Formats: sequence, structure tokens, C-alpha cells
Amino acid sequence: MSATVAALLCPAALLCPAALLAIAALTVVANRGLGADRARWLVYGGAMLVCIAAFGVALVALISSARADGQAADMVLPLGLPGIGARFALDGLSAVFLAVVGLGGAAASLYGLGYGRHEHEPFRVLPFYPAFLAGMMLVPLAADAFTFLVSWEFMSLASWALVLAHHRVPENRRAATVYIVMAAGGTFALLFAFALLAGPAGGFAFAAMRAVPPDAVTAGVVLALALVGAGSKAGLVPLHVWLPLAHPAAPSHVSALMSGVMTKIAVYGFLRLVFDLAGPPAWWWGVPVLVAGGVTAAVGVLTALMQTDIKRLLACSTIENIGLIFAGLGLALAFAANGMAAAAALALTAALFHVVNHALFKSALFFGAGAVLTATGTRELDRLGGLIHRMPVTALAVLVACVAISALPPLNGFASEWLLFQAILLSPELPQWGLKLAVPAVGALLALSVALAAACFVRFYGIAFLGRPRSDEAATAREVDRFSLSAMLGLAGLCVLAGVLPGLVIDLLAPAAAGLVGAAMPPQGGLAWLSIVPIAESRSSYNGLLVLVFIAVSALGTAVVVHRLAGSAVRRAPAWDCGFPNADPATQYTASSFAQPIRRVFAGAIFMVRESVEMPPPGDLSPARFRLDLSDPIWERGYLGLAGLVGRMADFANRLQTLTIRQYLSLVFLSLVALLVVLAVWR
Amino acid sequence: MIPNLADLAVQGAQMALVLAAAPLVTGLVRKVKARLMRRRGPPLLQIYRDLARLLRKEAVVADNASWLFRAVPFLVFAATWVAAALVPTFATGLTFSWSADLIAIVALLGSARFFLALAGMDVGTSFGGIGASREVMIATIAEPAFIMTVFTLALVAGSTQLSTVAAAMATGEVGLRVSLGLALIALVMVAVAENGRVPVDNPATHLELTMVHEAMVLEYSGRHLAMIELAASLKLTLYLSLVACVFVPWGLAGPGSGALAHLIGLAAWAGKLAVAAVLLGLFETSVAKMRVFRVPDFLGAALMLGLLATLLLFVSRSL
Amino acid sequence: MTGLGFDIAHLFAGGLVLVSLMLLYQDRLTAMIHVFAVQALVLTASVAWQAWVQDAPHLYVTAAIALVFKAIIIPVALSRMVARLGIQRGIETVVGVGPTMLAGIGLVALSMVVMLPVTATADPLAREDLAFALSVVLLGLLMMVTRRNAVSQVIGFMSLENGLILAAAGAKGMPLVVEISVAFSVLIAFIVIGIVIFRIRERFDTVDVGALDRFRGDRT
Repeated sequence: MSATVAALLCPAALLCPAALLAIAALTVVANRGLGADRARWLVYGGAMLVCIAAFGVALVALISSARADGQAADMVLPLGLPGIGARFALDGLSAVFLAVVGLGGAAASLYGLGYGRHEHEPFRVLPFYPAFLAGMMLVPLAADAFTFLVSWEFMSLASWALVLAHHRVPENRRAATVYIVMAAGGTFALLFAFALLAGPAGGFAFAAMRAVPPDAVTAGVVLALALVGAGSKAGLVPLHVWLPLAHPAAPSHVSALMSGVMTKIAVYGFLRLVFDLAGPPAWWWGVPVLVAGGVTAAVGVLTALMQTDIKRLLACSTIENIGLIFAGLGLALAFAANGMAAAAALALTAALFHVVNHALFKSALFFGAGAVLTATGTRELDRLGGLIHRMPVTALAVLVACVAISALPPLNGFASEWLLFQAILLSPELPQWGLKLAVPAVGALLALSVALAAACFVRFYGIAFLGRPRSDEAATAREVDRFSLSAMLGLAGLCVLAGVLPGLVIDLLAPAAAGLVGAAMPPQGGLAWLSIVPIAESRSSYNGLLVLVFIAVSALGTAVVVHRLAGSAVRRAPAWDCGFPNADPATQYTASSFAQPIRRVFAGAIFMVRESVEMPPPGDLSPARFRLDLSDPIWERGYLGLAGLVGRMADFANRLQTLTIRQYLSLVFLSLVALLVVLAVWR
Repeated sequence: MIPNLADLAVQGAQMALVLAAAPLVTGLVRKVKARLMRRRGPPLLQIYRDLARLLRKEAVVADNASWLFRAVPFLVFAATWVAAALVPTFATGLTFSWSADLIAIVALLGSARFFLALAGMDVGTSFGGIGASREVMIATIAEPAFIMTVFTLALVAGSTQLSTVAAAMATGEVGLRVSLGLALIALVMVAVAENGRVPVDNPATHLELTMVHEAMVLEYSGRHLAMIELAASLKLTLYLSLVACVFVPWGLAGPGSGALAHLIGLAAWAGKLAVAAVLLGLFETSVAKMRVFRVPDFLGAALMLGLLATLLLFVSRSL
Repeated sequence: MTGLGFDIAHLFAGGLVLVSLMLLYQDRLTAMIHVFAVQALVLTASVAWQAWVQDAPHLYVTAAIALVFKAIIIPVALSRMVARLGIQRGIETVVGVGPTMLAGIGLVALSMVVMLPVTATADPLAREDLAFALSVVLLGLLMMVTRRNAVSQVIGFMSLENGLILAAAGAKGMPLVVEISVAFSVLIAFIVIGIVIFRIRERFDTVDVGALDRFRGDRT
């Protein structure tokens, strides 16, 4: 790789968001004159090409790893604040996330080409869509605090506009309000973090911050602020409340972007702040991140299990995956603080691998949900069923994504979670007792979350796609258009590919890990049979390709042998059902009845479940009614409590406005005296 | 990693052997249970006859079953068989043991369960739903308990590769550890639950409201049912072999050892399986099946034991 | 100490923690009394083994006291008491079994975090015994806190005391006089509590200690 190509990478990457912004501007200017159809082609087609280009640039950067050291010269453009300019850089970490944005954006744009046709008010989506993508590309490219925060806010606002696309639904308006409040709060925390890092000298460029690592206390505060700021965007519990509201409210391809990609940009923000800018980590940094990750994973998946709205369910499962990623990051912090660079690289690579994987399968799942919504007009699980007959291709793609997100071999979700478990198994080498004991406990929590995720997606797929249709809409559903199908199938194919060849992905992620923790996992590409061996072969190895081949060969071989030797006669007959088949689809298990055992075991206390059965008195022919009430204590007690507190404080402040002059004077007098006392004590 | 012929032969023999022996193990458990209840019980080879008969019969498939319903029996069988092929039974030198470790074996069994639960929901009957829903509830606790056991073993042996774990356990280095005892108990509890044995589930029941596994596969017949039954037997054999190779690793033939060592290994394996089957039968007859909602307590205890086992590792010889 | 000697001591001490957790898991009174007897047996074995490996004959006396009083007399007496009073055999818990077990595991982890770093220089056996002993003590306390039934509170108290004996045995034993007096004081405590249980039962027709609260003067 010649130096000139390497030097051209960052400008090339910057051209992509610029092109997207140009598309957005063009859409706004031309507006309705363009016609909805041509505008759709312009926006989605153009965005797809740009995203593919961005993905290509990121890939080249990762393969050449020319900027792996993270000390690359910044590119300064005369934008933004006069005298400071805007700095951009493309290092290993940025390239990974640029690739994720590119991949997710390309798939979403392809999907949008077909899905966008059903949009009632296309001009509420079209201009914001490329702007949102541009914001997400600019965040990883930014190399100073100002550019970073502006891009971050730009991304938030564009996605907020997209959440409001269907603004006539009151729920969506509420979701958008909660979202914008949380996003503003998060940015506020990030602003403080950057201000602390910049210090009194005001070195806003990342390079300047790197050069002067903060002292221990400041660094600790930065960690807390990063957890709040990036965590609220990513959906860490208890800052996750906006996520299940806002993600489903947007059009499905935008939901896919928000869940699959935007939460990853939040992970990027955390990585940049804590791993790169906040200086060498202290040993305890890992603990809050680990605990937050474990709790987020468990709470997220349990919430997902209780949902009956498919897009909400998927949004809640995003929270779970963010928890897994943050657990990996916490582990990496703990290892890095103790100088165990190889172990830190393993944990970090596991987290980054999961970032990529989650972008793939969660996008595919949201596309599937969008397809179901297009075909049936409903998002309620209890009105779906039997779609595998009516929408076979969608059903296949969603099945692959479900298997992947449930972390089952040989697909990609398993590969990254396997790496995470391997990293957890290195924890006894940590010197601190607290960490030694906390990591296996978090490991148990993660194992529980993974198992619950499998249950969650059996429920999702089983209720929506299998069984008999529970409504007329589901019974008459039609397969969706080719663009949507090819987007879903493409992502499903990538899920298989990343699961079968995890070594390639790991090698691509190496520059990012090397830049952040000073080491990378040993190269996997050259190993025999394309296995992955994170530490040493005697310790652990995994080969997705062979597992897939073994399963395929033995399943097909057995099927062939059985059919040859034992006959292949099939007779279709009514279902057996213990001799009492009932033609009414309402006799099937519903989404809530499927979740009932798990609700009883895990969720009773967490969601304040109240179940009540109303039995009519004997002789009364009215049906018995079962009522189920769920509520989220984090929302009810935490957020509403906070809102109530703010309200009361406002009431109190309101009283201050109707005082007499004498009272005002005494207020001023008292504050003056108080300040003087403070001054006296201070000295 | 380049396989040589002898190792390949061992691997092939192992795959064929577990498949051939699996119904016998199930038959032995049934026989022991029957004798303990003072019944004569079916002959040991009855299961082979049942399987052969099921295979010959036509498959009756419900009207609205999808392709998934017909593919699942083969998928479940394949996933279980691949997992079983990776557990050392009589020799540790398995050619492909490096392609998946203990965590992957747990996950492979998880895949089998995932698809079986989906198949239970495919026809759209209420019993399939009951079975699938309860099965995943049991699995959500059993699987982490299994993973915690794996953690304990892996931390003791310094590896998640099953061959390495078995080899490490066979040396005296490991010593007596309370963690291993806890891991053994947890693993046995998980095995009881995952194989649907009493007290968690009753493999012989068809009483509608108590069955779990049987409710899920209620709609299957003919060759499909045969594959599922065979997979269930394989799974039982897998768990028994796993417990045997980790906690009683003696007699396993090492890689590259002679024919005699392999013969001894075979005999030892047969002996271990027989003992384990008798113990399982004994256990099953001596306890009563518990209510479905007592199962989480039972498995929760297994999960706690697994967690405790990992914690207690830090106060053993590592001090 | 030889590897095997240490391993067996470790096994017994770890077994004691396990039995303490099993006590928490029980939901029947009789089963709980049986498990308590098992705990005393494990304690006896543990102390006797330590007497042998540490060559400390007076620990045999401790083991014998544990065997006679805790494994035989007290369980038998408790069983009789339960039978005579006809107490309901289920145990009402304040917190469910699952959360209690989780809290128990947390307490074990806590005692390890507390004990292991501060005893870094001590003999491995003593370190481990102290960590385990603290776990048993905390688990006993947890049981007293989370169970309503007076009989199970007695068992919690006794199991707490077992933890103290384990700690004493690990630290090369206390003087014999102290041990014997501790054993007798426990016995007396047991008798006193037994009488109190009888009185509670006579007065309120239940052994739920919650019943006492209603008769406290300060709560009207």
C-alpha cells in the first residue's frame, strides 16, 4: 500500500457524507417537483452507492491498516468555528465503524427502494434519511471535540425527525419527545466529558487530548460521563427507556439503521472517549462497565420477551445486545488496566465482532418486521401466524437472522459470543479479587441472557411465522417486493458468511484493537481449515466452517439414506393434537401465553406483573377474562419520579415570583451574606 | 491439524458407535426402571425394533405443516450427532475435536432445541405451544447452568477443548476439589432436565398437562418421529459420556495409542455407560415428578451450584 | 501439608458451605432438620480431619462434641418438638427461595473478597477455612433473617455457630476450655429457645415469630 493511497483514504471517506448531504439538499430544494418516485430512486439509490463506497474505503483502510497506530495526521478543513476548523481522521477504530455504517446503510437503502413505496408522506422521510446517514458517518471521522459533538447532534436530530415521520400517531409524538430529551441529556454529558478532557488549555483536537492524559479523578469522571452520554444513546439500563419507544416509531428501514447502526455509533463514542482519550485505565473502570453490561443484557432480553409488538420486541433485544457489547468492553478495560494486552485485545475484538454481527442480524430482522408490516398491516404478534406459507423468502431470511441472534452455531452470533466467553475464562489471571469474582458472575448473567434470547426468538418466529394465521390480514399476506427481499437475503447471507469465516472478520478488526489496547489477536487468516484460535490451540479453537459442513452433510446424508432405505411416503392429514384438533386459530398459544412460564420465573418482581382472572359466577354465560398488567419500575419510579420532582421544584420556584418587595430584598440580602460566609470559609 | 488415517478411523468409529449404542442406553434405563417397579419391561433391543418400524411407516404430516416441520427432525438429529461426535467416549484423540469446544457443544444442543421448539409451534396446535413454551423455559435456566459448569471445568483444566479437559482430569494434578463436586452435581441436574427425565419431565407420559418434550413432538410420526427418538437417545448417551469422560476419565485411550488401549477404552466406556444408566434408572424410580413451576427452583439450584463452583475455585489449590 | 491432606480438608470445608446453602433451599421443616444433622456430620468430619492433619488431639474433643450434640441430640430433640407441637411442616419464607439463594451466593463471594486479601500471608488451609467459615456464619444469619418460623431460626443460629467452630479449627483450635464452654452455652441457648418456642406455641397457637410483633407495646 503506497503512502499516497493511504493519504487519500480520509478525504475519500469524507466525500461520502458530503455526497449524502448533497443528496439531502437536492431533495429539499427540488422537493415535490421531483415526484415521489424519482425522489425515492435518487435518495435510496444514491445513498446505497455512497454507502457501498464508504464501506469500500473503510475496508481498504482496514486491510492496509496504514493508520493503525491512531496517530495519523488530522485533516483540517476550514469549517465550523473560525480559527479552529474541523479536523477529521480515519484510524482503525473509525474504519471499523465506518464499515458498519456503510454496510448497514447500503442494506437499508436497498430495502428502502422497495419499502419506501408504501410511505404515505415520502417527503417526511426522504430528505432526512441521507442526512441521518451522513451524521453517522461523520461521527467516527471527526477528530476534534467540536466536530464530534456537532456530528453527534446532527445524527440525533435527523433521526428524531425520522421518528416523527408518522407524526399523526400520538404514540410516535410521545416517543419523539422522550427521545429528544434523552438525546439532549446524553449530549450534555458528552459535552462535559470533552470539556474536562480539553482542560483549561482548551485543546479541542483529539490529538491534543491524547498528548495530555487527565489525572485519575478527572478520568474517572470522564468514564462516568461517557457511560451516561454514550450509554443513553446506546440504551444502557436504566437509560434505555426511549429506545423501545423511538426505534419502532420510525419507518422500518430507519428502525434498522437506528437499532443496528446508530447504537453502534454510541459504542464508538464510548470507545473513543474511554479507551482512546481518557488515558490509561484504572483497574476499577471495568467494574461499572461490566455490571452495566450484564444488567442491561438481562433486563433487555426480559423486556423483549414480554413485548407483543414485533418492532418493539426487536428494539428491546437491541438493548440486550448492547449489554453484551458493553460487558466485552468492561472486560477489555479490566485486562488493559492490568497490562494484559493480549486478553484485552481478545475481549475488545469480541465486542467489536458483536458490533458487526448485531448490525447484520438486527437490520435483517427489522427488514423482516417491515415486510410483515407491509404484508399484513399489523405489528401485533397476536394477529400474525402462518406467514411461512405466505411469505416463504422473508420467512427464510428471518429464520437465519433469528438463529444468528440466538447465538447458535454455526452462525455469526455464536462466533462473537464464543469469543466473549473465551475472554471471560481468562479472568482468573486478573490480580484484583473483586474482578476475579465479579467476572464469572457477569458471565453467568450473560449466559442467562443468551439463553433467554433464544427463547425470545423462538417466540418471535414461532408466533409470527409458524402456526396458523390468527387474523384475516395474516391469512391473505403477500410476499414483498424484490428489493426488500434481496436486502434481507443479502444480510442473511452475510450472517452465514461471518459465522463460517470468523477468522477473516477478526483479522479485519485487528487494527482497531491494536490502536486502542496496544495489541491485537493473533492473525487467524492463515490457520489450517480456517479455524479461529484466540489464545492457543490447546486452550480453545472453533471452526464454524467445519461445524456447518458437518451438520449439513449429516442432515442431508441421513435424509437421503432414510428416504432411500425406508421410503418417502407422506400423507397429509388433519393435525392430531391429542385427538382434539380445534379448527379455531385462537386455540393456539399466543405471544403472552408462550412467555407465561418465563414471566412467572423471572419477571414477576422486575415488571411488577399483576395477573388476574375474572370468573363469572356459576350460571352466568359470559366468558372468563384474564388480565395481565405489566409495568416498568424504571419508568414508573425512576423517570416519572424524577419528572414529579422537577415539577415540584418548579412549583416552588414559581412561588418565588410572587413575593413582596421586602421579601425580595431579604432574599438578596441573605444570598449576599451567604456568599460572604462561603468566601470566609473558603480562605 | 492435518488428520492422519488412524485418528480418522477413531473418529469414524466413535461416530458410528455412539449412534449404534444410543438406543441401547435408553433401553437399559427403561429396563432398569421396569425391573425396579417389578415389571418385566421390554427387551433391551426393543427400541431398535421400534425405530425400524417407525422408519418403515409412512409419515403423516399435518395439513398446514411447513417445510420447516419436515426438515427439523433431520436438523435436530444432525446437530445432536455432531455434538455427540465431539465428546470423547473411548479415546481422546478425536480428529475433529478442535473444530468445536465444550461451549460449542452446549450451543449445538441449543440449536437442536431451538429447531425442535419451532417445529412444535409449526402446526399451530395448543399442545405444541405448551411443549415449546415449557421447553424453552427449562432451557433458559439449564443452559446457563451448563455454561457455568463448563466455566468451572475450563478453569480447572485451562482449556475448553474436551479432549484436553479429559486428559487434564485424568492426571493427579487436579486433586479433590469441592468445585468439581459441585460441577458434577450441577451437570447431572442439567442432564436430567435436558433429557426430560423424571423429576423434570416424564419420557413415558402422554398425560396432556404434564408433558413437555412429548407435547412438542406430538405431531410427528413415521420416519420423522424415528429421527427425533434417535436424537433423544443420542442426547442421553452424549450427556452420560460427557459426565464419564470428564469426571471418570480413566481408561480413555490417548492419541496414537495401540489397539489394546482402544479396546480397554471401549470396555471402560461400555462399563461407565452401563453404570450410569443403572444409576439414572435408580434415581428416576426413587423420586416423584415435580410440578412444572418447581422445575425453575430445581434448575436454579443447579445454576447456583455452577456459579458457586466457579467462585470456590479461587479457594482451592490456587491459594 | 501434603496435597491430599489439604484437598480433603478443602472438600469438607467446602462441603460445609454447600450444606449451608442446602439449608437455605429447604422448604420443609423435617428436611431442614435432616440437612442440619448432615451439616453437623460434615463439621465433625472436617474438624476430625483437621485434628489428624494438624496433629492437634484436643480438636477430637471438639469433633466429638459436634457429633454428639449437633448431629444427634439437637436434631432428635427438634424432630420431637416438631412432632409434639404438630407444627405445620412447610416453612414460610420472607423472601423467595431463588432470591435467598442468590443472596447466599453473593455472601459467599463477599466473604471471599473480604477474607482472602487480608490473610494473604497465612497458611493456605487457615485462609480457606476462614473464608468458608465466614460464609457459613453469614449464611446462618441470612437464614435467621429470611425465615419466619422459630424452629428454622434456631437452626440458622446453630448453623452460624458451626461456622465459628470451623474457623476455630482452622486457626489451630481454641483452648479446650473455651470450646467446651461455647458448646455448653449453645446447648443452654438451645434449651432456652426451645422453651420459648413452647411458650410461643401455647400462647399464640403458632410458631410464626411475626405473631409476636402484634403484642409489642410500642406498636399500636
